[in-house]
Parts: sequence; C-alpha cells; structure tokens
Amino acid sequence: MSDKLTRTPMLEQDAAERITNFDEVALGYTEELMLKEASRCLHCKEPTCVDGCPVSVPIKEFIALLKAGDYAGAAAKIKEKNALPAVCGRVCPQESQCEKVCVLAKKQAPVAIGRLERFAADFELANGFEEPAKPAPTGKKVAIIGSGPAGLTAAADLAKRGHAVTVFEALHKPGGVLVYGIPEFRLPKRIVEAEVENIEGLGVEIRFDSVAGRLFTIDGLFEEGFEAVFIGTGAGLPMFMGIPGENLNGVYSANEYLTRTNLMKAYLFPEYDTPIKRAKRVAVVGGGNVAMDSARTALRLGAEKVYLIYRRSEAEMPARKEELDHAKEEGIDFRFLTNPKQVLGEEGWVAGLECVAMELGEPDESGRRRPIEVPGSEFTIEVDAVIMAIGTKANPIVPTTTPGLDVTSRGYIAANEETGATSRPAVFAGGDIVTGSATVILAMGAGRKAADAIHDYLTNSKP
Amino acid sequence: MFEILGKRVLRPDVFLARVSAPAIARRAKPGQFVIVRAHEQGERIPLSLADIDVKNGTITLIFMVVGKTTRDLATFDVGDEIEDVVGPLGRPTDIERIGRVVLVGGGFGAAPLYPIGRAFKEAGNEVVAILGARSADLLVYEKELGSVSDRVLVTTDDGSKGIKGLVTDALKEVLDGAGLVMAVGPAIMMKFISLATKPAGVRTIVSLNPIMVDGTGMCGACRVSVGGETKFGCTDGPDFDGHLVDWELLMARQRTYLSEEKQSLEAACSCGGGEVVR
Ligand SMILES: Cc1cc2nc3c(=O)[nH]c(=O)nc-3n(C[C@H](O)[C@H](O)[C@H](O)COP(=O)(O)OP(=O)(O)OC[C@H]3O[C@@H](n4cnc5c(N)ncnc54)[C@H](O)[C@@H]3O)c2cc1C
Ligand code: FES
Repeated sequence: MSDKLTRTPMLEQDAAERITNFDEVALGYTEELMLKEASRCLHCKEPTCVDGCPVSVPIKEFIALLKAGDYAGAAAKIKEKNALPAVCGRVCPQESQCEKVCVLAKKQAPVAIGRLERFAADFELANGFEEPAKPAPTGKKVAIIGSGPAGLTAAADLAKRGHAVTVFEALHKPGGVLVYGIPEFRLPKRIVEAEVENIEGLGVEIRFDSVAGRLFTIDGLFEEGFEAVFIGTGAGLPMFMGIPGENLNGVYSANEYLTRTNLMKAYLFPEYDTPIKRAKRVAVVGGGNVAMDSARTALRLGAEKVYLIYRRSEAEMPARKEELDHAKEEGIDFRFLTNPKQVLGEEGWVAGLECVAMELGEPDESGRRRPIEVPGSEFTIEVDAVIMAIGTKANPIVPTTTPGLDVTSRGYIAANEETGATSRPAVFAGGDIVTGSATVILAMGAGRKAADAIHDYLTNSKP
Repeated sequence: MFEILGKRVLRPDVFLARVSAPAIARRAKPGQFVIVRAHEQGERIPLSLADIDVKNGTITLIFMVVGKTTRDLATFDVGDEIEDVVGPLGRPTDIERIGRVVLVGGGFGAAPLYPIGRAFKEAGNEVVAILGARSADLLVYEKELGSVSDRVLVTTDDGSKGIKGLVTDALKEVLDGAGLVMAVGPAIMMKFISLATKPAGVRTIVSLNPIMVDGTGMCGACRVSVGGETKFGCTDGPDFDGHLVDWELLMARQRTYLSEEKQSLEAACSCGGGEVVR
C-alpha cells in the first residue's frame, strides 16, 4: 500500500520483550516518522477532525506547525485547548474521537492525530517550557478537591487568571487515575510528574494526604476564606459482582491491583514495601481500558496465563483499540461472551473461576445487545487470582458531608454540563464524579468549563 | 511531613509516637484511624488513634513491630518526620449514654480504647475495662485506660498479674448488667468476646483491622463480611457488630501477605543492616 493509504506506524517495544518489563510500550515517532505522518494531513478547509475532539484542539493548525518545523509552536497551539497533551496523546480514545471523523477515514487510514500530538508534547517536555508571564493576582482563593485530570485542568486555568489555587488531594501523589490507575508501560509517571510540575509552576499549591469530608469539609473551606470550590474527586469506588467466593484471597478489584502496582510500586517489591501476589494464572473480568491494564499488568508481574473474561463480544468492548491490539499481541487469552458465576476456593485462596457462556439478545438501554446466559454451558478455568474490572461508582464521602449538595440517583454530583455549577452556590464539580467513569479528555474538558464559570463567578456575579 | 514530638517504648516490641498533626487532631473522634506511610518506599498501613490532643495539635499512635513498616517506624526518633499521615478515617465510635460499658482490650488493643473509654465516661457511663495479655510484662496502657474507667480487670495467661485466664473469663464477672461490650485487639480475641456475649444478648462492637491501602473506599482491599454482606472496613467501619462478623474470612484475609512480609523483612535485613531509607 502507498504511504497515502496507511498511517505511519509508531516505534514499539517488541511484545515478547515488553511483557518482562514495565517500560513504555509505544515509543512514539522519530522526527522523520512524524513528518511522514504529518504530511498525510490534507488541511481541509473545513476540518471535521476538530468536531470529534471534546475540547476542540486546533488539530489542523498544530499539524501545520509541525510540518513547518515549529515544534514548540505546535505544542503551544495544542495547549491553548488541552492542558495535558503528553497524557492525551497517549491515552485518548482517538479512534472514536478526532480520528474517527478525519476525512481520510472514509477511504483510508485517518491521520494519526494522537501520535502527532504526543510528538509535539514530548518535544516540549524534553526541551523545556517557556515560563508563562505571571498574571496579576486577583486576591481570590479557589479550592480544588482532587488532582485528577479534571482538578489539574481547573487548577491550571484558574491560576493562569491570577487566582490563588490550592488543590487538596487524598493520596500522597498528584494525578488521580493517571498515577494510581494507568500503568507505567502506557503512561510513564515522569510524564505526569512533568505536567504537574508545570502546573505547580503557575503557582498552584497541592496539599497531599488531604481527604475532603474527613480532614476538612467544603463548608470549612469557605470559612477559611476560599471563595469557590471545584470538586473533581473521580469515580473511585470499585464494584464487585456479588458472586460467591469474591472475598477469597487472590480476588482483587482492578483499583487495588493497579494501585498496589502503580502508585505503591509493588512491581519493585521488596525495594518498595507494598506487596502484591505474583499469581501464575489470572482471570481479569471486564472489557474496558481498566481490564486491559489489569491483564497486561498481571503478565508483567510474571503470570504465565492471563484470561480476559468479557460478557459481550469483541465489537462491544469499550477499551481503546490500541490497548486491545497490544493485549492480543502480548498473548492475553480473550474469552468473549463469557461471564463468571462463582470464584472457587481452596483453603481461603482462589483456585478457579466458574464461568458460563453468553449469547447476545435484544439491545439494552446502552444500545448494545444484551448478553444472556446459555443454559448448561458452565465450565471452570483454573486460576490463582481474579481481578474484577467491571466498573466503579461514586465515592460518597464529599456529598454526604456537604449539606445541600445534590446528587443523582446513582450518587454522582448533579452539575450543569456547561458550567459545572452544582446545587450549592460557589461549588462546582466535573469529571468522573459527575459523569461516572469516562475519559481523561472529558474530565479535562469539564475542568476547563468549570474554570471559566468559576472565573466568571469570581469576577462578575459574586455578591 | 509529620514530625514526631514524643516517643515511648511501651514494651520491647510496642512503641508509642506522639505526632504533630494539628488538622487531624482538630477533626478526629474516638474510634477513627489514620493511614501512615513511613517513607517514600513505604507501604500504607492503618493505625488506630491512641490519643487525640486538640490543644497541642497532636495525635498518638501505638504500634507493635510486626512487619517492615512498623519496624521502620520503630527506628524513628523524636524530631524525625513521617512522610504521610492521612486521616481521620473511618466512622467514629457511636458514643451514647448506655449505662455500663465494658471495654475489652487484647494486647495493645488497650491503646485505641483509651480515647473511646474517655468519651464513654464523659457521656455518663459506668466504664469497666478488661485488659488481657499473655503475661504481666506484656500489658500496655493499663494506667491510661484505668484513668477513664470505674473499674479495671486484668487477665494474664500465666497468672503473673490479675486473673489467671483469658479476657473472656473476666468478662463473665461483669457481663451481667452491661449495655454494651466493645472489644479491640487481635481478631481471634474479638471473635471469642463476640461468641461470649451473644448468648447473653449484649450488644457487642468490635473494631476490625483488615489490610488496607487507601483507607477511603477506593480499593476494596479491606473487604469484610458482616451479616452476610460485603462491607469496606475503612469506610463502613472500623466498628461493626461483633455478632455478625465473618471471623474466618477476616483472619484469612489478614494472612494474605504473610510470606511477602517475611520476604520484605529479610530483604531489608540483608541489604543495609536495618538501615531505613528516608
Ligand atoms: C485503569 C484505568 C485506565 C484508564 N484508561 C483510560 C484511557 O486510556 N483513556 C482515557 O481517556 N481514560 C482512561 N481512563 C479513565 C480516566 O482515567 C478517567 O476518566 C479520568 O481520570 C477522570 O478524571 P477525574 O479528574 O474526574 O478523576 P480521577 O482521575 O479519578 O481523580 C480524582 C482524584 O481525586 C482524589 N480524591 C477522591 N476523593 C477525594 C477526597 N474526598 N478528597 C480529596 N481528594 C479526593 C483522588 O485520590 C484522585 O486523585 C482509565 C481509568 C482507569 C481506572
Ligand atoms: S482500604 Fe481501600 S477501600 Fe478500604
């Protein structure tokens, strides 16, 4: 195929090699590869790609700057709309956003926009930033709860406008899911650290070990002189299936498995103190990015066999395509249309997983065909660890300690989609705590919109 | 960073640290706990609050050296700083006026009972404390707990102090007329206390100590089964109805990392003679 039809592949660590380490899998473009891919962009008069981007990154413009050799300019262009480009270039589901609506996608492979974004952002990280001019302080204090993509974006945007921003984070490191959930091999922690340093450079103060609703309350923050609060606490509560045997030793929530590995660095045990079971045969239940990350982490922790159990078919899987492809290359054994019935144990430990085959019936409320059990199709796989990656729900700590803060029937904070405004004056919210688990870019978009609304509130409408 | 302002060796393997944490002290209630990470490479472990001093802005932590983290903590001196202290976490103990409240502390479980006992006393209860250990030299916090109790019963396995026997033996003497029993200590002791109070129908609260990571409901490592339902120890607890707890499950889950803990201690001993990286 000609260059015009295929996109330029990215350099990657070989599958056999990479499952033995936690280093980044996708190595990005060299300058030469980047230019080759950038040259595929048609510079449409009316580009459609930008409509696919939840934060409207000026895609055609940044690609033009890349072509012209102005890499710092390209990064700056992206940053007009996206505060964390090195992160998004790596983890956005581009195939269902910008790249899906790229005009090229009708006839051939779309421009690899995400990879180009990553190139520009990495260039900037490697070559240093231009310190933005410090804005005049407004003297107004804003509190941000949670340092995930939503909170960090809101913090950066408000600091750029001269507000004094303090971020309160429950954990001991900043980044939310970017540090505790998404593994090193997909998003190196130095990238997150660099982006956070950048934001701290704007004058943002981050306080760790600070659990809102426990160490302090939202009302307490107002008493302390904060004039507005943004809540970006994510959807951190793990769900379990409620099947027998789920509390056996060796059954993990994906959150626990990934937190131990990523945040606590259990893969470096005993150099780091946090342990994790080095299971030999692992079943991961679920079909999203979290499931892919768990399965691939299990391999790297030394598992010989990793099953991925998903109750629908491959077409319904919500995971990023690249992660699915990578997981397949690495030898994950995908069992589609399969659902666990119970975890089998021996002396308190996981010994197997009883599953049942599923078939697809009529579409359900999500529009996907509903999986139904095939009677009598039960079978057992032998495993010594099971990781539940079937979703998360809202953590109630903040809503239950904030009188007057309305939540939805599912416990998420009720907030205006355009402004993040909640039922409480001067309290805004955004990201997974409003939408339920979504994506990094949507959380960032929500942080940005709320920052605009908070700025407006502080400068215009505040009584 | 959280500075250690005071340190005491209560017995060769049990230490007390008074830590500067004004914000936590202001908010903490009896029965709550904190998550501690000793240093950058450290694990996150839950520790109960053995005292809360709002005026001086300190909290008191008591720990027994069992794993790598507690061994590292034991090497910290006054003036040293603990990397992370997160809290106050968990639901506070329900303090009501009940009548007679019996507090049962096994091992260093007596320590977290001290602020709880004080609160029950202040609420107008008759507080009876039972303290048990294998022998007299292993008893801790007897004086402190005694200072907030109307009566203290001590039991030792070997009879070196108080009643020769187990805390359950002492419990028999004071159970009659008790409105509430609260037990804190090793799971096995809390189990037997709960078994002993069940026939008498005396409400029994236990403070569970499952393995934890975040302590905020985010990971589920702390799952316990209570009345047939899965609960999170860190956010639904740590206090639960002792008559409903699945003790076998709790004890099995507490043993999850026994072999890794050994490995961790051995690795630390072989690579630096017990030096702690801070
Ligand atoms: C394993 C995994 C892989 C993923 N992969 C992708 C991917 O490839 N692409 C993609 O786009 N999305 C992915 N996602 C989803 C994405 O990470 C989330 O949608 C996004 O991080 C949500 O951002 P947030 O800022 O709303 O919340 P979070 O990132 O969850 O951050 C919330 C922060 O708030 C803190 N917090 C919570 N409660 C409190 C409190 N009471 N007080 C103080 N702080 C608090 C938390 O500790 C956390 O740091 C993935 C998610 C997971 C779990
Ligand atoms: S310790 Fe993680 S949920 Fe309780």
